Amino acid sequence: MADEHQDPHSTSQTIIAPGYSFGSVTDQIATVVLTKRTPPAWFLGFGVGIVLLLMFLLAVGLLFVKGVGIWGLRTPVMWGFAITNFVWWIGIGHAGTLISAILLLLNQRWRNSINRFAEAMTLFAVSCAGMFPLLHLGRPWLFYWLFPYPNTMGVQPNFRSPLVWDVFAVSTYATVSLLFWYVGLMPDLATLRDRTHNRFARFVYGIMSMGWRGSARHWSIYETASLLLAGLATPLVLSVHTVVSFDFTIAIVPGWHSTFFPPYFVAGAIYSGFAMVLALAIPLRAIYGLEGLITERHLENSAKVMLATGLIVAYAYMMETFNAWYTTNVYEHAAIWHRMTGPYRVAYWSLISCNILAPQALWFKRVRSKPALLFLSSIVVLIGMWLERYVIIVSSLAQDYLPSSWGIFQATRWDWMTYIGTIGLFLFLFFLFIRLLPMISIFEVRTLLPQAKVEEEEVGG
Amino acid sequence: MNKPVYGLMAEFESPTELVAAARAAREKGYRKLDAYTPFPIEELTDALHLHYNKLPLIVLLGGILGGLSGYLLQYYVTVIYFPINVAGRPLHSWPAYIIITFEMTILFAAISAVLGLLALCGLPMPYHPVFNVPRFVQASRNRFFLCIQARDPLFDLQRTSEFLLTLEPREVSEVAP
Repeated sequence: MADEHQDPHSTSQTIIAPGYSFGSVTDQIATVVLTKRTPPAWFLGFGVGIVLLLMFLLAVGLLFVKGVGIWGLRTPVMWGFAITNFVWWIGIGHAGTLISAILLLLNQRWRNSINRFAEAMTLFAVSCAGMFPLLHLGRPWLFYWLFPYPNTMGVQPNFRSPLVWDVFAVSTYATVSLLFWYVGLMPDLATLRDRTHNRFARFVYGIMSMGWRGSARHWSIYETASLLLAGLATPLVLSVHTVVSFDFTIAIVPGWHSTFFPPYFVAGAIYSGFAMVLALAIPLRAIYGLEGLITERHLENSAKVMLATGLIVAYAYMMETFNAWYTTNVYEHAAIWHRMTGPYRVAYWSLISCNILAPQALWFKRVRSKPALLFLSSIVVLIGMWLERYVIIVSSLAQDYLPSSWGIFQATRWDWMTYIGTIGLFLFLFFLFIRLLPMISIFEVRTLLPQAKVEEEEVGG
Repeated sequence: MNKPVYGLMAEFESPTELVAAARAAREKGYRKLDAYTPFPIEELTDALHLHYNKLPLIVLLGGILGGLSGYLLQYYVTVIYFPINVAGRPLHSWPAYIIITFEMTILFAAISAVLGLLALCGLPMPYHPVFNVPRFVQASRNRFFLCIQARDPLFDLQRTSEFLLTLEPREVSEVAP
């Protein structure tokens, strides 16, 4: 006991509140799903989700009928909201994979109580992200043309185009995230199967858990599988936003054609992703009384990651400006100058305030330990990161080389409805998830309890 | 004379007790045994000598297969099936293939990891004799079980049961097949 403060695992005792047992942890998390009583706040969130989802369906229905002209897409800005939203959503997903894969490899055991819903967030964010390139196609029903398959037209995708790389990167990311999430769910689905009294629920959870029985032989293979999947997901998650940034950097548009976009985009992705983790975790723990499992330590750690990645993003903004000046390229000068003083200056300075100035408050422990303030700052960061993508995409396209071909982008109401609508889709999926599946990984939280440690006093005896 | 059984199941209240019991059973010479726990226990893997499994090899092969198919797909399409001559640039433009090759490697490796996990565990298996023990539902909550199977050469209903009782379990029960 004397050297316990030197044992990195001893910190696990502060990750979750004291007084929990294997049984009480299981019951508290499983009850959220198995109870017949749903908290009113759930209905509120789900209801908002459904209303916004219906709005999304309306906007998409009209898009199918009339085409992408209902959005504000006019030459030269043909990417507009669709690609902004795509990059924003896919970035949000990155925090889930970071928490589930990278923090697993780094043995950061505090991740155990937030990884499940963060991974769900990843999946749903990627679903929302995937909507936009497809809807932006013009003829979305022909989306399968994106993939190489034998066809009577005798044509194939251009494998030298970053847009095709994106198809592979995002679909691989979605598939691997789903697999990783499902593997993590199997033991918990078995717990739900064993705890429920409803025959139908037992059948469904039983089939979904594949007959998991917690055998030591299975656990040993399972642990290998988790580590391998984490090892595969780690380079994958870093590659996804890198490839997304290639959509820009490979083009020769001023303000896009830059080598530091990949790390800059990845840092921004993790920044906005942790903001979304906080924006989800803070209301969830309050509604379901999970303060003992998602403790202030989790919120504080997430806030620290946000601060660190926010500083990387701030550095990237400075370097972007510096590079534009240092290249002595007149078009790069103009691109940055237009951002700061041109028609999108309000968006530019708002994003600087949201992403660089506001998060500096997170240096103070007094701010980090107040969930309400953290919630507020995470919303500010989410808005800031959306503005960042908007400014990068729209301002660069609106004013590039020839002043005669400049044009200003104006979002239409259908742009807004589609964007807000995907937030509805996200809420809809997320609230379904917390009602039907355990939002905290039960078996991984059990391993955090002090009594999970095997006491080896009789070794050799 | 006796009705056939799948094995004998002892229930323990803590991981420490279970690991000690698993060690004792191994020492006694039992080999066809398995433990059931609500979470992975590293020491148990040691106690039951379960260290080696083939999953890394399966994942490696899946990854190699994925990488090869990604690269060859692009080679085939851009060089043989649908060559586009852009100002005489080489058709076999390997730097442009890197990303899709990488993505396909990860995709195939991850799919093989999951399918390999299921195959090596023999899942899905909705029915298994251990579910016949009424208290086994606690194995996914807070109890720790050790099961010695009847196919173990040393297994004898009477003697194995007595042995398990010496380990001070909460309860020992027969597992119907």
